[in-house]
Amino acid sequence: MNTGTNVVLMQGNEAIVEGAIAAGVRFFAGYPITPATEILELFAQRMPQVGGKSIQMEDEIASLAAVIGASAGGVKAMTASSGPGMSLMVENIGLAITLEIPCVIVDVQRMGPATGLIHTSQGDMMFAKWSTPGGNEIIALVPSSVRETFELTIKAVNLSERFRVPVIILSDAHLGHMREKIRVPDQDDIEIVNRPGPTVPPEEYLTFGADEAGVPEMAPLGSKYRSEYTGSLHDKAGKYGPPPEERSFLISRLSQKILAHRDEILMIEKALLEDAQVAVLAYGVCARSAKTAVKLARAAKMKVGFLRPITVWPFPTDVVRQLAEQVKAIIVVEENLGQLVLEVERAAAGKAKVSLVNQYDGQLITPEKILAGIEEVY
Amino acid sequence: MVKITPLSQILERQYRNLSDIKTYVGGACLGCGGGTVVQALARAIDRIGLQLEDVVFIKGIGCSASQVHSLNYSILRVLHGRAPAYATGLKLARPELKVITLQGDGDALAIGGNHLIHAAKRNIDITIVVNNNFIYGRTGGQFGPTTPMGAYATSAPYGVIESPFDVCKLVETAGATFVARGTTYHVIELIDIMEKGILHHGCSVIEVISQCPTSYGRYNPDKMGGTANEMLKWMRDNAVRINKAKDMTKEELKEKLVIGVFVDTQAPEFNDECEKIIEAAQAGRDRHHH
Repeated sequence: MNTGTNVVLMQGNEAIVEGAIAAGVRFFAGYPITPATEILELFAQRMPQVGGKSIQMEDEIASLAAVIGASAGGVKAMTASSGPGMSLMVENIGLAITLEIPCVIVDVQRMGPATGLIHTSQGDMMFAKWSTPGGNEIIALVPSSVRETFELTIKAVNLSERFRVPVIILSDAHLGHMREKIRVPDQDDIEIVNRPGPTVPPEEYLTFGADEAGVPEMAPLGSKYRSEYTGSLHDKAGKYGPPPEERSFLISRLSQKILAHRDEILMIEKALLEDAQVAVLAYGVCARSAKTAVKLARAAKMKVGFLRPITVWPFPTDVVRQLAEQVKAIIVVEENLGQLVLEVERAAAGKAKVSLVNQYDGQLITPEKILAGIEEVY
Repeated sequence: MVKITPLSQILERQYRNLSDIKTYVGGACLGCGGGTVVQALARAIDRIGLQLEDVVFIKGIGCSASQVHSLNYSILRVLHGRAPAYATGLKLARPELKVITLQGDGDALAIGGNHLIHAAKRNIDITIVVNNNFIYGRTGGQFGPTTPMGAYATSAPYGVIESPFDVCKLVETAGATFVARGTTYHVIELIDIMEKGILHHGCSVIEVISQCPTSYGRYNPDKMGGTANEMLKWMRDNAVRINKAKDMTKEELKEKLVIGVFVDTQAPEFNDECEKIIEAAQAGRDRHHH
């Protein structure tokens, strides 16, 4: 990839692969699916070049299972898919949550339900959060450019290692296939985070030894440390079926280790909000149309600001609440029937009017359409 | 005469502690075959001389010999049917490890059938142990992919109307390079089979015919017998070793159970091929430059 200047033309899906390599990922498992297939193809090309392994599995269930196996063995690992494949991965997302296995899952969103169409969509926002039984917290990041896709892939790997969680990157068909100029940072300038290793001798090691909002220390499988990973609810030693108080302790900790560290996880872009009376809240690739719409509104002397959650899960509730206290209306822009708008309404709690400008026909929403939405509420 | 290590030494070297043995071995139904399967594995590992850091068990869902939790090795108890997929990832990440899956017949062949045949197809160097007791035991006795036609199960109150899988034939066809069948009666041979399977370089599949008197025997006394003792005796009386079976007619083998090592060959192993790809890629050889 190094062209001497480090400035290259890169596809969104390619940025996932290069970002992952920069973050230290050395194992990929996947299954072909449009619009994510380039990620599988490029990993097949690139992994062996950097001494890693890439495998095409028999389905997406097996893909995430292989990723969990590799990561449990101590190698940074990830997979990528789209809606229909994400559906198959659901059980293993839950397993990665409960076994606390670091991994990254890229969802290059396409239209749903079922096989939908391969055109772009932001229809998996709630799915990313709520797909698995149990209703646990999850971390999900949404890039809006190729450069940010590269950066967020590194961030996703780091967060997965820091908190021992699956991290979902919500890209989409537009972004995945878009090519943009990016400057690839020097490897020395990239922050790398590794999972916490054991600090106790093997005889004192507990596979899930952590307190209320803690992240357990992780010994790789196949070491002097005996790990007992049980996918069912377990106690600190990993033993199946603990008493009620230990069940609720685990369920709570799996979410609290994320919620208690929101300041490390939440990323938000804000622009032109100081004097804003109306705010446009958008994320992902359609946030670019939204930002253009805000600039058009400013040119027409309307005091409109812009807020883009980069971390969508956990949802930046406090930030949106503060925004609702400042502005009279928040316009949510998304390419679905209205998903994160529900979170915005919850956070705004009636303090600002919340409206939705959306589109779900597989085409990118235009700045003009968003501007019309701004004019309506301004 | 084969020399058998005293149980006390196996317990000390391979099992965790009395409390775990009570929970996981003593906690099983009376007459369960799972404990025998796990002890045979422990003895095979003991014989090879593997240590804690050399072995990882990947256990499926269902009974599938839950007794393995009492052994002193790391264990990844995963989702139903997927054990070979986790094993594949782990083996590629850590080729030096002996990765052993322990699955029931429903886990390995119904919900996990695709993963099983693909592990065999890739000939990845893992050992897959299928504890075949012909029934879903943990959920209370539903028929599974190996339940014989005509047998009764809670989900087949009028008898099973599907023909069963032959585990060994299936994985042989799929490409496994070590395929064997043992029983919980023929324990000495089972330990040998497990030792060979674990040491084999490639995908090893070991089917162990095991008794579940609680959920299978009880409702099908005319198949293998109703009690654990009767079921073990059925194995004793109906098992035919592969070398003897070769000279028998199809008719003579009809109600028999052929045991032994069916396949023991070498073929390209998946992780070895991955390592070769790393070499090729780093030398700049891909499909455009070979």
